[in-house]
Amino acid sequence: MGSLRLSRVPAIDTALKLVTVAVAMFAFVFVVMVPLYNVLCDALGINGKTASQAYTAVSTAVDESRQVTVQFVAINNDDMPWSFSAGERVMRVHPGAANGVVFRAMNPTDAEMVAQAIPSISPSRAAAYFHKTECFCFDQQALAGQAGVDMPLQFIVDQDLPSDIHTITLSYTLFDVTDTVTDGLAVR
Amino acid sequence: MGDHHHGPATGITRWLFTTNHKDIGTMYLWFSFAMFLLGGFFAMVIRAELFQPGMQLVEPAFFNQMTTLHGLVMVFGAIMPSFVGLANWLIPMMIGAPDMALPRMNNWSFWILPPAFLMLASTLFMEGGAPAFGWTFYAPLSTTYAAPSVTFFIFAIHILGVSSIMGSINIIATVMNMRAPGMTYMKMPLFVWTWLITAFLLVAVMPVLAGAVTMMLMDIHFGTSFFSAAGGGDPVLFQHIFWFFGHPEVYIIILPAFGVVSQIIPAFSRKPLFGYASMVYATASIAFLSFIVWAHHMYTVGMPVAGELFFMYATMLIAVPTGVKVFNWITTMWRGALSFETPMLFCIGFLILFTLGGFTGLMLSIAPADFQYHDTYFVVAHFHYVMVAGAVFSMTAAVYYWLPKWCGRMYNEAMGKTHFWISFIGFNITFFPQHFVGLAGMPRRIPDYALQFADFNMMSSIGAFIYGASQLLFLYNVIATIVAGKPVSDEKVWDGAEGLEWTLPTPAPYHTFEEPPQVPKPVGTI
Amino acid sequence: MRRVFSGAALTLLAPLAAAQNQVNMSPGVTEIGADIFELHMLIMWICVVIGVAVFAVMFYSMYAHRKSKGHQASQFHESTKVEVAWTVVPFLILIAMAVPATSTLLEVYDNDEAELDVLITGYQWKWKYEYLEASGEPVAFFSNLATPQEEIYNTEQKGENYLLEVDEPLVIPTNTKVRFLITANDVIHSWWVPEIAVKRDAIPGFINEAWTRVPQEGIYRGQCTELCGAYHGFMPVVVHAVSRDEFDAWMAAKRGAAITQAALATQTLPVDELMDQGKAVYDSACLACHGAQGEGGIGNAIAGSALVLGDLSDHMAVVAKGVSGTAMQAFGGQLNDVEMAAVLTYQRNAFGNNTGDVVQPGDVTGMKNG
Repeated sequence: MGSLRLSRVPAIDTALKLVTVAVAMFAFVFVVMVPLYNVLCDALGINGKTASQAYTAVSTAVDESRQVTVQFVAINNDDMPWSFSAGERVMRVHPGAANGVVFRAMNPTDAEMVAQAIPSISPSRAAAYFHKTECFCFDQQALAGQAGVDMPLQFIVDQDLPSDIHTITLSYTLFDVTDTVTDGLAVR
Repeated sequence: MGDHHHGPATGITRWLFTTNHKDIGTMYLWFSFAMFLLGGFFAMVIRAELFQPGMQLVEPAFFNQMTTLHGLVMVFGAIMPSFVGLANWLIPMMIGAPDMALPRMNNWSFWILPPAFLMLASTLFMEGGAPAFGWTFYAPLSTTYAAPSVTFFIFAIHILGVSSIMGSINIIATVMNMRAPGMTYMKMPLFVWTWLITAFLLVAVMPVLAGAVTMMLMDIHFGTSFFSAAGGGDPVLFQHIFWFFGHPEVYIIILPAFGVVSQIIPAFSRKPLFGYASMVYATASIAFLSFIVWAHHMYTVGMPVAGELFFMYATMLIAVPTGVKVFNWITTMWRGALSFETPMLFCIGFLILFTLGGFTGLMLSIAPADFQYHDTYFVVAHFHYVMVAGAVFSMTAAVYYWLPKWCGRMYNEAMGKTHFWISFIGFNITFFPQHFVGLAGMPRRIPDYALQFADFNMMSSIGAFIYGASQLLFLYNVIATIVAGKPVSDEKVWDGAEGLEWTLPTPAPYHTFEEPPQVPKPVGTI
Repeated sequence: MRRVFSGAALTLLAPLAAAQNQVNMSPGVTEIGADIFELHMLIMWICVVIGVAVFAVMFYSMYAHRKSKGHQASQFHESTKVEVAWTVVPFLILIAMAVPATSTLLEVYDNDEAELDVLITGYQWKWKYEYLEASGEPVAFFSNLATPQEEIYNTEQKGENYLLEVDEPLVIPTNTKVRFLITANDVIHSWWVPEIAVKRDAIPGFINEAWTRVPQEGIYRGQCTELCGAYHGFMPVVVHAVSRDEFDAWMAAKRGAAITQAALATQTLPVDELMDQGKAVYDSACLACHGAQGEGGIGNAIAGSALVLGDLSDHMAVVAKGVSGTAMQAFGGQLNDVEMAAVLTYQRNAFGNNTGDVVQPGDVTGMKNG
């Protein structure tokens, strides 16, 4: 089992090599599986997750011959009390054109809260073709009690969007991340 | 023959400090049987509540604790340790070795199990109750939304994993380094082969389970977001990691069972195992394929279609080597001189019912059809066919087959056959109707159900009570045998039995093969 | 009080809408459901044929090759030809199965160009349905289990749709491609209706897509199919497929009701209206944990509760925001101002509480906005 001997006692040599395999497999989970999952999802655009940074490519020509329907959905997670809605629910856009929409959020409680918007695209394979040049989801959003805010989204639908996709649905789920470092158990 | 070993020590310290593979095997077997009865008790609570529509006995939250603990105890407490117990007893004797390679580690591998299960069982009495998220513990139900006992669940899993890994390392080290001269790999009994391959699977994937529960621990207590979308994570990542462990795990459960059946059928056919080499390659293929099929447990999760297709094709492929094994077993019987003592009855039961489970597994592998099967009782029926009528029947056959060698007494054959028939009938009454209710639309893990499922559920519960009762008959037979069974002293207890363990005295002495034996002629020659 | 035996008798007497003791999958009412059913039957029959053949050989051997009948054992033990044969033939059978399986799977994934989009959100332990339209008052509502606790705990006879009935079903038009966007509010759930052959997991923070085209009017029932906590078995799915005209009329009524509710929020409502609506809200949202008489259970008692009898804004804060670390959810996002006012009024006056307090929707709006 390899030319490197970890012990003169054959059984212990075998055992130590196997322990190494076990430790390596434990490390594999954290060091390979997690990043690989994220990389594959981003690279293949198959998780419906859009990029978490602004898209900065050169501007491209607009494809006037084709229109794509983009639908916006605003969702609150769990007990998130903010009101959260999309300024426009549906837009028809040309691939390549820059477009924008504004989402409105309002914190109805008396305390300051911090939210994180998590985007998800349907169909998931469209995620690779949906570029956000500016998005409120890139950062956490703090709001004082009783305050509201307009949150912009600027995006371009890539010209190479497969021709069999006619509708893209972008949903944002708003999570309450005010207590980001507490014991997250909530008994139901 | 003069030796510097003593006989076994006396009293409880014998068992606490033993490094003898036979003692440790015995402890694993008794522990696993106790766990089997405990897990069986949880199953009785489940089937009692499901006896009729309506909530009669327990609250829904407690019911979920029962289903969760039933799964955890049966998989990690009953089935896995029972086959480790067999490995401990049999592998040294089958390869002509005096003991396992690392006897003290062997002791630790066993003794951390009872505390781990005590910790798991104690969660029933904790604030918020025991784990109630299913034995598959998906996030975020098992992280953000779990009761406080989840932390103890995680520790218990870590300990169980360490036990399994240590045990597997021991098995590999033993098989690779301590075979008697002349016993090449391709002369080893198939039981040793299946355990060798299983041990490699365990070393590879138990750490992955440890990784998954560690990530849960970090999400729950240390503010990470592996499985929480809020922090950029993904609950589906949990499922990928869990099933990367979980699918090889089910082969870990069944491969030693295949090994047992491969020893017993030739013995009662009085004929060598057909296609030994093929059986080795088929087992290795199954083990390899088991790493690339995990997401067939996740067909409804929203995977891209290319992924679904890949996992569907790879999963369907596993039917090929599995089928090869079934054909080889039957061909072993063909033109043999068959007798039907209890071990053989359980093996034939295995052949029929495991194959049935394999067929429903093939149906489940078909992704579009699985949209209608997933998370229904059709799946529950499938895995009970392969795990109970597969692994548990095989384990039962093993006990009847080798018990006389272990203790020098013969079990009561009429009682054994009775145990078989009641088990076979009870098992089928319990689980066959579950295919029907699953196809008709009954989901899993529900404590109450719509009225159209009532009759088959009642039938299933009655079958469960029958099957459960018959295990008590088994317990009685085993104890009665050990205490007062008819003494047996032939080395070859069974006239068709082959293998080094059948050259030893009966009962097997405390220390065996302190000098390496002459390896018998290659498998397949007389 | 659970009465097991009378429960059994009542069960057996209950009339049944669904097929009793169904043993097979239903082809359902959609084209894809029929395709899936055909695939299921094909695979099953192939398995039956192979199983019968293989077991026939084995049973024959068990009969003819018995030692007790004097049969002598042969000693043959290998044959490469045979091994190759029973490797290759099953492999070819699998390829034959994979072809229709692939084409049916591609149909399942064809979510594009739908005519109607519905956002489905799984909650612990109910579904929320929202029709996604470009403009107008959004139509969104929760769909709760409607089976009374008395039926579940065996003090009343179980109805024919026991555990498969809801207060507000999902209504969709027939012969229309409907796309479902499925997500979850808390843990993973799964939305399944067997007769339209749609099942998709609901994952918090992510949306999944599924689609259907239902050609036939009818009521189709399903359940949550992913363990999601204590009441996983108690959050059914009910879909009403109706004609396009009926659907349009229903949507118009729903939009109107939403506007009416919004208008009601500014009015002063009579106390008996508040109590009636309050009881309806209580029965659907509170009763399972707080008891039909406010006696408590999983949740605290409402009857005689210091919180409920005390300061109104404290009472409302608990109902709206829940209690973290317990099973008490935040209902603020689930009840509109009228429903909130009604249930607070009901709790403060029912079960012997008799505070005489009347909470108006305007009070609720005021408390929410500080």
